[in-house]
Amino acid sequence: MLNYDIVIIGGGPAGLAAAVSAKRSGVESILVLERDKELGGILNQCIHNGFGLHTFKEELTGPEYAGRFIDQLKDEKIEYKLNTMVMDIAPSKVVTAMNREEGMFEIQAKAIILAMGCRERSRGALNIPGYRPAGIYSAGTAQRLVNMEGYMPGREVVILGSGDIGLIMARRMTLEGAKVKVVAELMPYSGGLKRNIVQCLDDYGIPLKLSHTVVDIEGKERVEAITIAEVGPDRRPVPGTEERYTCDTLLLSCGLIPENELSRSLNVEMSPVTSGPLVNECLETNVEGVFACGNVLHVHDLVDFVSEEASAAGKHAAEYVLNGAKHKESNAKDIPIVATEGARYTVPKTINPDRMDEKHTVRFRVGDVYKNCYVSVYLNDQRIIHRKRPVVAPGEMEEVVLKKEELAAFSDLSQITVKIEEA
Amino acid sequence: METRELICIGCPMGCPLKVEMDNGEVVSVTGNTCKRGDVYARKEVTNPTRIVTSSVIVEGGSLAAVSVKTKEDIPKGKIFDIMKQLKGVKVQAPVHIGDVILSDVAGTGVDIIATKNVL
Repeated sequence: MLNYDIVIIGGGPAGLAAAVSAKRSGVESILVLERDKELGGILNQCIHNGFGLHTFKEELTGPEYAGRFIDQLKDEKIEYKLNTMVMDIAPSKVVTAMNREEGMFEIQAKAIILAMGCRERSRGALNIPGYRPAGIYSAGTAQRLVNMEGYMPGREVVILGSGDIGLIMARRMTLEGAKVKVVAELMPYSGGLKRNIVQCLDDYGIPLKLSHTVVDIEGKERVEAITIAEVGPDRRPVPGTEERYTCDTLLLSCGLIPENELSRSLNVEMSPVTSGPLVNECLETNVEGVFACGNVLHVHDLVDFVSEEASAAGKHAAEYVLNGAKHKESNAKDIPIVATEGARYTVPKTINPDRMDEKHTVRFRVGDVYKNCYVSVYLNDQRIIHRKRPVVAPGEMEEVVLKKEELAAFSDLSQITVKIEEA
Repeated sequence: METRELICIGCPMGCPLKVEMDNGEVVSVTGNTCKRGDVYARKEVTNPTRIVTSSVIVEGGSLAAVSVKTKEDIPKGKIFDIMKQLKGVKVQAPVHIGDVILSDVAGTGVDIIATKNVL
């Protein structure tokens, strides 16, 4: 059996940043396991720009951003295995993996960092009626085909879902000569970032139809037409509002789901809201020495925040390896953070006022669009943050910063509450 | 006095910007959280520009395509001229981040550079 202090599952943006940070925190023995043939994860197919403004103070494309972290990993001489699929993680921290050269093998780790990322919601999970012809792709599959493999999946396109990848692909397919006829979104608001609606749809005159969904797919061999209809407040199609678009391709951009099969078999406690693990402020799960970061924890909008989160996970995993259970010693108890009234969840789920850094950023998402509202934080019943926001939306992650001195000074603190308050 | 409302595309924060204009001259920009927002707003109402990203075929490498971008932003009206010029471009591996793929694309004075290493 192989032995490493820290094994990191996934060599995308989260795994790379976690590895570099763990090494710089003093752990020598680190192994990154990646199932693709190269490091960098989803960034390799995200060839558009806008990455890295927070991390590198310049605007990079996805492959360039990944390249910076891959260089850091190589400079730190961190070991990694490509084309390697992790099959199982046992509670004893034995990782079972396989690849073509070594077959099936086991690795004993002292700490594990979960950085497996997420995957796209598929047609099967969406219950779209109609035939099952060729020409239906997830937006991410189309993105990989166009940007990395040099194929165009189609010429006349309808997109269902206004997630960021769908918006980015609306522009990308247009630039490559396709006609993107419409983007339909079930919800009354977009699931993507505002900037992507501006520079991917508005710039090219592509219509976005909110509160619309696909009600029929025609074509036996290949997609021939898509029918969309308006939906009512119950999100069911309204009869008589159908519009038919002839096309050869349907792209689906209907949400991302953290990929946690391995976490579940490890008995990691999961959040029903994020479909990711529940973690404390060290990004440690309920299984001691198992940490999580990036999109496997909760789906992010910005890779910069993934890198930041993953660096913290790497640092804490290193502390665990160097200090054992002592890394958890604290003069205070873990305080639960409750998300309510508009806030859907928070990462982390608990925070320890003694163990935390001077400041800790808590990230969360809201469940609906709220205008002229306040993001509020309460310690027990006392409001300590009341920040005015012109608009908050489910497609854009929110944050609040908690200060150690404020938490430590509050006697009998039993609960922190994050909520949206309307003006 | 004329007011234009924009959404900043400088980074994924997407700040809502308000630009006060007088006879085509920018008087003030508000709503931005950083300097990029101010620069973007002034440009967007007078001479809008974009970075163009795409990919071109690469031969003899580990991947079939290499991602590329305009080294600097280019006038918005030139996007499709650039895409036309990129059609059919083929390069030989190895390609490194920053390698010039096409110089002075579509008469913009801006180079197309690689954004990925393909060995």
